[in-house]
Amino acid sequence: MFLHIDGINKQFVNNKVVNDVLVDVNTTIDEGEFVSILGPSGCGKSTLLSMVAGLSEATSGEIKLEGKAIKKPGKDRGMVFQQAALFPWLNVEENVMFPLKKEMSKKEAKETARKFLQMVQLSHYAGHYPHELSGGMQQRVAIARALAMNPKVLLMDEPFGALDEQTRARMHAELEKIWIETRKTILFVTHSISESIKLSDRIIVMGTQPGTTIADIPVDIPRPRRFDQKEVIQLEKKISLLLKNEIDKVVKEELAYAANH
Amino acid sequence: MQRIIKQLVFFIVLLIAWEGIVRAGGWTPDVMPKPTDVWQALVRGFEDKTLIYDLIASFERLFVGLLISLVLGIGIGILLAKSKTADETLGSLILALQSVPSIVWLPLAIMWFGLNEKSVIFIVVLGGTLVMTINMRMGIKSVAPLYIRAAQTMGSRGIDLFMRVIFPASIPYAVTGIRLAWAFAWRALMAAEILSTGPGLGYTLKYASDFGDMSLVIAVMILIGVIGSIVDYAFFQRVEKNVMRRWGLETN
Repeated sequence: MFLHIDGINKQFVNNKVVNDVLVDVNTTIDEGEFVSILGPSGCGKSTLLSMVAGLSEATSGEIKLEGKAIKKPGKDRGMVFQQAALFPWLNVEENVMFPLKKEMSKKEAKETARKFLQMVQLSHYAGHYPHELSGGMQQRVAIARALAMNPKVLLMDEPFGALDEQTRARMHAELEKIWIETRKTILFVTHSISESIKLSDRIIVMGTQPGTTIADIPVDIPRPRRFDQKEVIQLEKKISLLLKNEIDKVVKEELAYAANH
Repeated sequence: MQRIIKQLVFFIVLLIAWEGIVRAGGWTPDVMPKPTDVWQALVRGFEDKTLIYDLIASFERLFVGLLISLVLGIGIGILLAKSKTADETLGSLILALQSVPSIVWLPLAIMWFGLNEKSVIFIVVLGGTLVMTINMRMGIKSVAPLYIRAAQTMGSRGIDLFMRVIFPASIPYAVTGIRLAWAFAWRALMAAEILSTGPGLGYTLKYASDFGDMSLVIAVMILIGVIGSIVDYAFFQRVEKNVMRRWGLETN
């Protein structure tokens, strides 16, 4: 049991109305596994991820990494957000060195940054500033920055959601390559079924209202996977069907809300 | 380049019109001097070095006053952004004081410090500090939560988080604050110099007015305006633009 999510509940109270965001979420993730958390918007998948990061707290339940309960953010969990969140006053190399400042000498930090920039094929851009890079390049720097501090888990919150289709496809290939190279445990939040099938060993499907896990599907298709493969298309259909009910629920809710306001 | 040509033509036409109207109206230089009179007054002022001494004296006070107000403004601004109690109490006072032109403090300043440099610097400090404080406070408060979250996941918190993320992220606001503080301080300085003592550009303006030398009055006014815009255009706007671009805040 590497990463253990145990009985997580999360409620938001808004104007005295209690809103269940997550109800009884349980799962276990093994070391080196690439796991996607897939669900429609509003199912609480990002909230769950930010709990693993230690950025928000559960109402009840516990998340343990290697047996230790997660209370605060820490360098053992690297996070990549939908926006690259690079610091604009630092250049690419300094951004990657940001988490390394305290634990290694400047020279070591520089070498480490170089190594990970090479991994995301951006060594030539070490001296550039974030505003000079495209969205895809910025996201690659963010990945390098998260990997540079050698976390036990890499948390990714719809990291390619803001990119165009072609760039996203390239990023998928690159992330897969990095994962094969490093064998990092990756927890990847997405609302794209095809993205989750392309990348992960296992897909945790979440439903909405309340947000909870509704299926846990292993993906036993050899890599690299292509979108036109028969197995991929079959799996995609299966998950679509699972999610259809959930999406219908969201639509119904929205219509009811519109009717009442 | 287009813009510079337009500006050049505009100012030449303006000067010609001014010269023409004053000649046609037959006003004497002690009522409304011509541009040529003003030019002579300006040349005379630089030749006998009074204007040079004035510039040096004014800039010394401005520099000292602005420096103090930037230090105070950054300090108080951070305090207001970080402490809710300070913001609700001291913050409301700062906002109220901002609508009081700093020059109205001069009578009190003269009582406290005497009719001297210190009074003038006090007025300059007041002029710059408030606007710097308000901008610094906004800067700290407007730091994107994403930067803070990202830094936290990289193990940064407390002082480290403040020094390496929150403060640098607030720099665009701080730069705007410095630019506005300079503009406010410059105006406050001129007002204080007119009402107190010299040497200084404001003092020379007052002195010229007492002797009915309107050419010199206008010469000093032009000098004040030209210096103000040169510092603003050539320095602050350029710095601000660079910072905005680097920080990804540029809007085109």
